Amino acid sequence: MESNFNWDYAPAPEAKDHIKLKSQYDLFINGKFVKPNSKKYFETHNPSTEEKLAEVAQANAKDVDLAVSAAKNAYDKTWKKMPAKERAKYIFRIARVMQERARELAVIETMDGGKPIRESRDFDVPTAANHFFYYAGWADKLDYAFPNRNPQSLGVAAQIIPWNFPLLMAAWKIAPALATGNTVVLKPAESTPLTALKLAEIIQECDLPPGVVNIITGFGDTGAAMVNHPNVSKVAFTGSTDVGKIIQKAIAGTNKKATLELGGKAANIVFDDAPINQAVEGIVNGIFFNQGHVCCAGSRLFVQENVADEVIQKLKARMQTLIVGDPLDKNTDIGAINSKEQLDKITKYLEIGAKEGLELFQTSNAIPKKGFFCKPTLFIGAAQSNRVVQEEIFGPVLTIQTFRTIEEVIEKANNIPYGLSAGVWTDKGSKIFNLTTKLRAGVIWANTYNKFDPTSPFGGYKESGFGREGGLHGLMPYLKF
Amino acid sequence: MNPDFKHTPAIDQVGIEERVARFNTRSLKKETKLSGLLLALNMIDLTTLEGKDTEGKVKQMCNKAMHVADDIPGLPTVAAVCVYPNHVKTAKQVLKNSQVKIASVATAFPSGNSTLQIKLDDTKLAVDSGADEVDMVISRGEFLTGNYNFVFDEIAAIKNACGKARLKVILETGELSTLDNVRKASEIAIYAGADFIKTSTGKIQPAATMPVTLVMLEAIKDYHLKTNIMIGMKPAGGISTAKNALQYLVMVYETLGPKWMTNEWFRFGASSLANDIVLQLGKEQKGVYYSKDYISID
Repeated sequence: MESNFNWDYAPAPEAKDHIKLKSQYDLFINGKFVKPNSKKYFETHNPSTEEKLAEVAQANAKDVDLAVSAAKNAYDKTWKKMPAKERAKYIFRIARVMQERARELAVIETMDGGKPIRESRDFDVPTAANHFFYYAGWADKLDYAFPNRNPQSLGVAAQIIPWNFPLLMAAWKIAPALATGNTVVLKPAESTPLTALKLAEIIQECDLPPGVVNIITGFGDTGAAMVNHPNVSKVAFTGSTDVGKIIQKAIAGTNKKATLELGGKAANIVFDDAPINQAVEGIVNGIFFNQGHVCCAGSRLFVQENVADEVIQKLKARMQTLIVGDPLDKNTDIGAINSKEQLDKITKYLEIGAKEGLELFQTSNAIPKKGFFCKPTLFIGAAQSNRVVQEEIFGPVLTIQTFRTIEEVIEKANNIPYGLSAGVWTDKGSKIFNLTTKLRAGVIWANTYNKFDPTSPFGGYKESGFGREGGLHGLMPYLKF
Repeated sequence: MNPDFKHTPAIDQVGIEERVARFNTRSLKKETKLSGLLLALNMIDLTTLEGKDTEGKVKQMCNKAMHVADDIPGLPTVAAVCVYPNHVKTAKQVLKNSQVKIASVATAFPSGNSTLQIKLDDTKLAVDSGADEVDMVISRGEFLTGNYNFVFDEIAAIKNACGKARLKVILETGELSTLDNVRKASEIAIYAGADFIKTSTGKIQPAATMPVTLVMLEAIKDYHLKTNIMIGMKPAGGISTAKNALQYLVMVYETLGPKWMTNEWFRFGASSLANDIVLQLGKEQKGVYYSKDYISID
């Protein structure tokens, strides 16, 4: 007897009635929400429903000047002089309030960005709070972190963050900057500003001295004004390689220090002696986590030829069980693509891959008609020469290449302009260490993927940028010695 | 052809535990929860395996197996009762006109430390008394010595003695120490002719856990991919709450698929689980939890 027990999980939506969003958000400058000089506002949408969530102020050069001046003033008069252990108390306080308001932050993150609530609840928000906890601990121990080097803060940090992990990236940026005694002007991405603005409310609630953290919203021109402002001592940017290059040019010849965390096209390498079932799980986590909007996503799969058929067969079957849909549903595995613009870009790459003659696999489950969604996708039989292998797609699209020997896969894995991350799957420890020394990537995961911890530095080689965030290393870009 | 049991697929414990954590975040509501609870109840092997078992105890348990909670309409029976071979006849008397199957442990349960002849006789006693299913234990000592052929041959011999009765092979994973060993023992049992593989006797801690069960489910899945033959799975011992049972069902559903979602292919070896499911079903129906005094405890 065989069963055809249908167990499509009934909807289990996370409640959003406790969420209070203002219809209009102003700029957070000098401890207060102020109207923009531009008098302009732009809309932010829920990508899973295409509904407008709120209007957000658009900062112009004058607003940027106000924010940087507030930060400079707070740096000179308050923050720089404050005993480090007092600074730490403020940072601890932010972490605790974030934990208290975790559910609210998670739901807003999911509404504004489209990521599944399971991820914002279990990953984004707790990890963001952990970053504040971790760096709060360093604030009064910098002399021990860098003995005999007399670490000194820099001044005002201009921080520009992307839309894929809005709150987490804000935490990655703000926490080490404050711990090292700098003040901050932060700009979230234009498509996902809401959790950063909620963080501004939290910072207000925590009674941080006015001007220590300023959060302003806007587009690329706002970011450019921040980078070019003469009172900025440090630029920290996470985002595309193209913009990273523009920033690098803009600050050439100035004293500004920079950290750039840019694109990636990571190799995820599966050897024939790997725990195959767990490797399949790791491949899924590597590329479909956050709809593939992850700079370190394992987007290039390399499988040893003698297990390729088995891995691909199992991968297809596993993908079929992924639930794509309402990001607020607790059972959703893959949520909405962040914006129409990004969905168009992914669709363009799907066409390019098809034109290049690659075998395309997509799951057969339906995706919602409304909102921006993309089925999890494989390109099978890919080669180094394919554009979908060379270029960052930033979506739920995985290319699969096969390899025969360890030398071959190392060469191919490194044959890319990026070098942010990589994954290795094998039961053999010696093979792992051999690869970790030869792969040119900032982060290499062995028998796991997409693992983050505040104590662990993160950052890239080559076109993936420079500077490290997280851990002891993450303090250095905000200090002079 | 049988694989080389010295080289069975590697298992990554961290990966297994992460996957299990993922199953446990599934949120089951309304009809999904209800159908899951009814199915879980229908998959239970109601078990008594104690030195103090008597005719009276076995009869009362068999009655419970058929009448789990008659005040709630539409409840299924459990799948089977599980008893020692000398109590199979008693169970048969009570259950003869019902759908409830009779499983009997055999082969010098629970240690398995005896000769093959005694184990075969034990099996024969169970089958001749009317057992539909035989739950045997593997020789863990021989397994840990690396004597895989011995373990294989023993299972094959017992399978032969079972005749029409279905054979469940207990690996006693609590004594196997690593997940790699669990995978290896699963493969030996499957290739030697097991109809079901089962985690535990219930006499050793830890008994069934979700990570161990996932490793066994993956062995079943991989065998099915190769041969298209289905093998059943029975976690036993330690599953006492409805919530935990639903988590196991999520794991089966997402690992093996809908074909396994029947008591033909999946069982819970448990004694107190049935009553917790009844409690939850009662709550779904009446909207409130009621006192355990309303639920029979045979």
